[in-house]
Amino acid sequence: MRGLPLGAQAYIGSVVVLSGVLIALGPLDDIDFIAVVSIAILFFIAEEVRTPLGKPAAAISPSLSVALASVVLTGPIGAALVHVLAALSNRHRPMVKAVFNVAQGALSAYAAGTVYLYLGGEIGVPDIRSFPWILVPFAAAAVTYALVNGVLVILVIWLTTGVRPFSLNTIRWQPLIALELASLGYGMLGLFAAVLWAIVGPFSVVLLLLPLLIAKWTLDQCLEQQRAYDATVATLCQAVETKDYYTRGHCMRVSQGSVLLAKEIGMRADRVEAIKMAGMLHDVGKLGVPTRVLQKPGALTEEEYAAIQLHPMRGYDIVREIGFLHEALAGIMHHHERMDGRGYPMGLAGKEIPEFARAIAVADAFDSMTSTRSYRNARSIDEAVAELRRSAGSHFDTAMVDAFIKAIRREGWELPDIPQVPDIGIEVTQQDHDDPSTPIRVAGEPGR
Amino acid sequence: MNRSSAPRWALQRIDTGTLLLAAAALVVVAVSLSATAMAGLRDPATAFGFGVLVAVGELTRMTLPGNREVAPISSAGALGYTFVLTVAGVPAVHSATQVISVCALATLLGALPHLVVNRGPHLDAVARRLLVVALVAVVYRPFLEWARPLEHHVWVAIAAMAVLATLVWLADCVIAAGLRADALRARFGVTVRDELRAQAPIGVAVATSGVLLALSASVMGLIALVVFSAPLLVTHVAFRRYAEIRLTYAQTVRALSRVTEVGGYVENGHSRRVSQLAVMVGRDLGLREAELLDLEYAALMHDIGQLSLPRPIPGGATVLAAREEQVRIAELGASVIQQTGVLDRVAEMVRRQSDPAAGRAEDGPPPLGSRIIKAANAFDDLVGGSRDRDRAAAVIERLRLDSRCEYDPRVIEALERVHDRPPRRV
Repeated sequence: MRGLPLGAQAYIGSVVVLSGVLIALGPLDDIDFIAVVSIAILFFIAEEVRTPLGKPAAAISPSLSVALASVVLTGPIGAALVHVLAALSNRHRPMVKAVFNVAQGALSAYAAGTVYLYLGGEIGVPDIRSFPWILVPFAAAAVTYALVNGVLVILVIWLTTGVRPFSLNTIRWQPLIALELASLGYGMLGLFAAVLWAIVGPFSVVLLLLPLLIAKWTLDQCLEQQRAYDATVATLCQAVETKDYYTRGHCMRVSQGSVLLAKEIGMRADRVEAIKMAGMLHDVGKLGVPTRVLQKPGALTEEEYAAIQLHPMRGYDIVREIGFLHEALAGIMHHHERMDGRGYPMGLAGKEIPEFARAIAVADAFDSMTSTRSYRNARSIDEAVAELRRSAGSHFDTAMVDAFIKAIRREGWELPDIPQVPDIGIEVTQQDHDDPSTPIRVAGEPGR
Repeated sequence: MNRSSAPRWALQRIDTGTLLLAAAALVVVAVSLSATAMAGLRDPATAFGFGVLVAVGELTRMTLPGNREVAPISSAGALGYTFVLTVAGVPAVHSATQVISVCALATLLGALPHLVVNRGPHLDAVARRLLVVALVAVVYRPFLEWARPLEHHVWVAIAAMAVLATLVWLADCVIAAGLRADALRARFGVTVRDELRAQAPIGVAVATSGVLLALSASVMGLIALVVFSAPLLVTHVAFRRYAEIRLTYAQTVRALSRVTEVGGYVENGHSRRVSQLAVMVGRDLGLREAELLDLEYAALMHDIGQLSLPRPIPGGATVLAAREEQVRIAELGASVIQQTGVLDRVAEMVRRQSDPAAGRAEDGPPPLGSRIIKAANAFDDLVGGSRDRDRAAAVIERLRLDSRCEYDPRVIEALERVHDRPPRRV
């Protein structure tokens, strides 16, 4: 409590006192205490089963359905008591947070219960004859619960951190609506759990929660696997690069750059995930280019240049068996195409080039230019941006270049460390196929 | 090339166990259908409601890791239809044969769209799903009629549901494990344990949802089917996501293990052949499914350390390289894999892959996985992609002579066993 702003202290205090007073004042005689205790236990279990849905810290929790079931079964005071009892075993949060959380939950439940009664809802186990009219007070109770809960929480965040949780124009409606619908769904389950109470008592909620517990456990495993997967792909890509001192970390940075760009042009979340992989894997085919070619100091012969031109196809060959990568595959195969059709391997032009490939090409070239090479020092971000702009339209997609520049101006760009190359006995690459400012020299041709 | 070869091969894939199972299911369904046709359909609305759920479940079936086909929504719907006591207060009096008939027809209906695009269900999986329903229905429906006059018949019925669901789940796992042991030539005891572990969460979800559907239909009627499928639906989505990511993970490791081949460090197909051989040997030696997955990854990536070498070893055959070089490649590879932070057991297998079976000085013997990879790698380095059985036999003989100190004699014996028999479906 100490260390919090004065306003926050007063606010938290009054919420706690208010909920205490309401419970103490309310008629306690006709509450079914056995029901309250068993619901409290279920509420506690449900609270543990918070189900993370997607990235934004949106966690919907089936405890809402239990809270609303308690409103129907035991009325406003009983529902408030359920929150208090369930919190007795809470061990996760610091004291102040826990106490406030209980108090705001109790208040929300009390408000929901009052609305439910006011609109003609009856306390106790509903039977089939209460349908469908019981839905009106119940839905009102569900909405009240969510509203009171939301307002109380937003206020406490605002008062303790000074951050306004959201303003109307930055709020993302789509996930919010999805979240609210999911909550309403859970709320409805609460009503039906209450109905089922008629035949099997608290066992009904156990039956409802078990599948959700298993879902939660499975989703945890998904997250764990996803993390393992990301780490494994990143490691393997870096392993491919270890041989070349100058390009280490290239795949990670291209992946990050592609993701920045993808987000900037408003790609859907699953496509962003795919382009992250594509950026990471875009150069795996480079291993197929003989080291001798990469390390050759002078101009390349036609054959040697052909070997370099083959690497996107090699990369495609390696990763094409990975099922989910459909769109990413096109990005890997075509990341060296040019808008004017003079790129490789297929010589596609303009919008024929897949969107992923146009995006990756920009991030790829940018990282190459801002990294140190054996034949030149790293260019500054401004120089690289100027070079991108100069090649926009002929080499790169102008829209992509603009979006990329906008994104890195806002988010910043982490430059790679200058590589420490041991002086003796190490042969290093002499040309970089990704570098648009220093095209590869091919014998008998004026640069590409 | 010759068009007749494909169907013949497809027929060979179906082993005797699966055929028996399918025949049993077919007989049960045929008998039930004719019995239902003679007795007439009782309470068509309920039959239709649950039938739709079963059909939808069949339509949304999925494949869990380990190539296990499941249809949780369908199974829960079928269990619910079997267990249902009353529908909105009116006693449900449908017979066991009606349960079987409705579920069979609904399953067929749900499988139709898949069949049209030539993605029919696994014969054994669908047969098991139907037989499970039949088994439960034949015991439970008569029992329910007997128990109905009792005072607390709801609790008696719930107890019966719990016991039956558990028993039938066990039976299903044992049958599935038997088929798997036969198809993969694994040990039965090991596959039973694998199966129980893999099927436990989905089994609990299906059983509770089945009971939930049956009870809620008693109070609320058929609208309950819509509402109370929701928790199961969440579970279904979670399982599907898990299966997807596991598959992608495996595909990615398999694909990226080829970078050593593209880089010219090892022969084409080497990593994959070594991993297939290693997994077969590991299975023969009774490794669990999780251990086999680690072994597969380690075998796929066993040469990844070569990426750090400035120049490829001629021919890529590590068995021909100097001992110090082998140790160095193993160490380099293990340190790469270690960086993932999640594949420590795999890294350890890769690190010790060139150690002699008895172990080096103070380290003790290497993990079984390392010994298997060592043998499989040597075998493939010496035999390569060649199909010549004499050459393979000679190589095994040579490895056996070395097995006093270099190779684990148990592993070499297993290698000989798996090499002697024809390949079967994986």
